[in-house]
Amino acid sequence: MNKLTTPISDEEIRSLSVGDSVLLNGVIVTGRDAAHKFMVEHIINAPCPEEELVFCADLEQLLDGGIIYHCGPVVKQNEDGSYSFVAAGPTTSIREEVYQPTVISHFNLKGVIGKGGMGQNTLKACENQPAVYFHAIGGAATLIAQSVKEVVKVYKLEFGVPEAMWVIRVEDFPVVVTMDSHSNSLHDQVFEASKEKLSSLIK
Amino acid sequence: MTNLNQIDLTDQFIELVRQAATNLPRDMENALSKAKENEDHGSAADGALGTILLNVNMAREHSTPICQDTGTPIFEVYYPLGVSTRALADQIRQAVSVSTENSYLRPNAVDSLTGKNSGNNVGEDFPTIHFHEWDENQIHVDLLLKGGGCENVSTQYKLPDGNLGAGRDLEGVRRVVLDAVHQAQGRGCGPAVLGVAIGGDRGSSYLKSKQQLFRELEDENENEELAALENQIYEEANELGIGPMGFGGKTTVLGVKIGAQHRLPASYFVSVAYMCWANRRAHMDVSIENGALEVNYE
Repeated sequence: MNKLTTPISDEEIRSLSVGDSVLLNGVIVTGRDAAHKFMVEHIINAPCPEEELVFCADLEQLLDGGIIYHCGPVVKQNEDGSYSFVAAGPTTSIREEVYQPTVISHFNLKGVIGKGGMGQNTLKACENQPAVYFHAIGGAATLIAQSVKEVVKVYKLEFGVPEAMWVIRVEDFPVVVTMDSHSNSLHDQVFEASKEKLSSLIK
Repeated sequence: MTNLNQIDLTDQFIELVRQAATNLPRDMENALSKAKENEDHGSAADGALGTILLNVNMAREHSTPICQDTGTPIFEVYYPLGVSTRALADQIRQAVSVSTENSYLRPNAVDSLTGKNSGNNVGEDFPTIHFHEWDENQIHVDLLLKGGGCENVSTQYKLPDGNLGAGRDLEGVRRVVLDAVHQAQGRGCGPAVLGVAIGGDRGSSYLKSKQQLFRELEDENENEELAALENQIYEEANELGIGPMGFGGKTTVLGVKIGAQHRLPASYFVSVAYMCWANRRAHMDVSIENGALEVNYE
């Protein structure tokens, strides 16, 4: 099985194809609805707000060659103030479709982890950057939390625990490539095949 | 303690929530195991089901949530005459708050106007609680944790539907339910259990469709026509080949449960409650036996 560690190179991304199983390693960042809206409205389409300069600079560095994980985890705060991930499966990615292409190109993301797949604009961005869409197993929250070895930092906790941007170090996080950098989408293939079958069932 | 209306069930509700969030019902687990055997060895579907089953075991062992989206907690409470539903509702709200502190639940109640998360799963009409008075001298509680991803692909049809050739009959119901499964693709975290309601108004129809999800997979519909339709849709939905997580494969749904209710002459609604593979239901029976509290979660 392929193993990849962040930061990931363009060559590594181009070598991946739809259907490949991959174990991800290294530091990644969670981000879902509020985070994507914030990144596009306050970092990409406008100058970073004065009070957010450290956050913006950190994010640029963390995401260059990096990965965003669409995830709203259950997190426990330990007695010493540090955090542990308790449950951390993927959330539905398609809600970020309006933001994702911009976020991929601005930060030079190499991958997005989520579930359910994304649309044509993200597929195009994956081809251009290059980047890929990694599908995690929806609902496998305890198992994925076990692969999170360290919560390095948290940003935007004011968005609430699920929406905050958690910087985590993962080991052998299991995913499947369902959109590659060669404009292939497993989601499109399954949609078309099942559409044909549906037509025959309700003709 | 001799009376059901004098007891505080907060601790029992906390245990009920823990069970639902961390312990997948056996019928679901068995169905997932069978599905894995049926998929092609080494396929993405096989791998997805393997990961799911591993996760189910780990969650049970560690007493941590099966899925991080612990969803909307939906409580159906059956109670005898004389028990205060207001007191029970307070205990349930207290229990979900403590369960959130214990990390059995993710803070999931967001103020729709301000966007602020209440932090403890308590909010306006949150969690969902329905009370039903009954003749038994015990309290029975069903709990379902309904995740947001699969809720977003749940849907409602108004028949007739010209595009799908769906008229106001069971053939029409079959057509729209198959369309709903196709529309959902992998976004609802299949393999799914489908709760289907025929009739009612828009609100009661959605409610009825969700209530079907409390039925166990082996449960056979008492109505022969609906039982036959459940089996037919089950077979045909799996022919669609969408597979676990939408990766393609033989397992798209694990069960179909259909209920019907009266409707207005003008309306014919069909609601489809799509439930992810993490069909987290739990229940408890509470009674007083010889003056002592008896609680059963089996």
